[in-house]
Amino acid sequence: MLNILIQLFITFFKIGLFGFGGGYAMLSMIQYEVVEAHQWLSIKEFTDIVAISQSTPGPIAINSATYIGYTATGGNVTGAIVATFAVCLPSIIIMLIICKFFLVFRKNKYFSAALGGMMPAAIGLIAAAALMLMNSYNFVDYRSLIICMASFVLSYVFKTGILKIIIFAGILGYILF
Amino acid sequence: MKQYLDLFISFFKIGAFTLGGGYVMIPLIEKEVVDKRKWIDNNEFIEMLTLAQSAPGPIAINTAMFVGYKIKGIKGMIATVLGTVIPSFTIILFIAMFFMEFENSKTVERIFCGIRPAVVALIAVPVINMLKNNNFKVYTIIIASCSAVAVWLLSISPVVVIIAAGLCAVMYNTFISKQC
Repeated sequence: MLNILIQLFITFFKIGLFGFGGGYAMLSMIQYEVVEAHQWLSIKEFTDIVAISQSTPGPIAINSATYIGYTATGGNVTGAIVATFAVCLPSIIIMLIICKFFLVFRKNKYFSAALGGMMPAAIGLIAAAALMLMNSYNFVDYRSLIICMASFVLSYVFKTGILKIIIFAGILGYILF
Repeated sequence: MKQYLDLFISFFKIGAFTLGGGYVMIPLIEKEVVDKRKWIDNNEFIEMLTLAQSAPGPIAINTAMFVGYKIKGIKGMIATVLGTVIPSFTIILFIAMFFMEFENSKTVERIFCGIRPAVVALIAVPVINMLKNNNFKVYTIIIASCSAVAVWLLSISPVVVIIAAGLCAVMYNTFISKQC
């Protein structure tokens, strides 16, 4: 048990430390660590968690950390607390440093140059998260493809809210499958 | 003491009622701390936001930390972070307890069969919006595509990709365009 808690802590600390670009960019890191490296969850379970995170309030990184911490320990609240704390801790440390040296950081040439490379990479990481979820577990047949395209149009063209799209997709899934 | 409580309650409300993650929370934080409570002015908020976005970690948490630290130092920061995290932590914990019981039900499985492909679309949309906000600059598209392929097809760790992208940009600016 202690072993899992330590691993959860290290994993989510790492995700928090390198999670540039916010929650969505952190998704591919969470997926890489949790599904591929540690195999705490299957890709199907991971997708379900993303769906649940998107339909509940709060930052996605926090939601996934809480959920994975709980399930990876077989339903233990301590696991949820450890993972959630670990994903926030790097931000706390870094923000404390930044708050102290507010202007120094903003004007630092190397820091802004590095950001110029990391921000586009973060967009790529979000794209990777979407691409990695396009697999045979999540896309059973043409019906999945129709739901995916319909959701895309609703979100991109009509700017429909995320919760509405998830409810709509859930109802379609219940009818079609 | 009252001010710590005010900070906590403000961020608790924001944490409890915003769906859709960090980016959706920003305008709400702005409304609460700039317009309603007048804890900080608009320019300061925009500066904070830029730094919150350039630091690692969830943007909502970073912004909450800035506001808390600015008003009441480290203790204020603890109040705003707890306020933001506690609602989502509690809700997710309840769902996790409930979902683990019903995961194998046929109905839940059918509903999630529909939701899973929708999730893919919902992650793809912000990618296109971000590229659009960046006016589809070639530089951004090349770095983003290389990063996506590295993670997706070559199974390189996203942590490595982020560090490499930062290092390459610093080296490019130092040795080639000589801006550093």
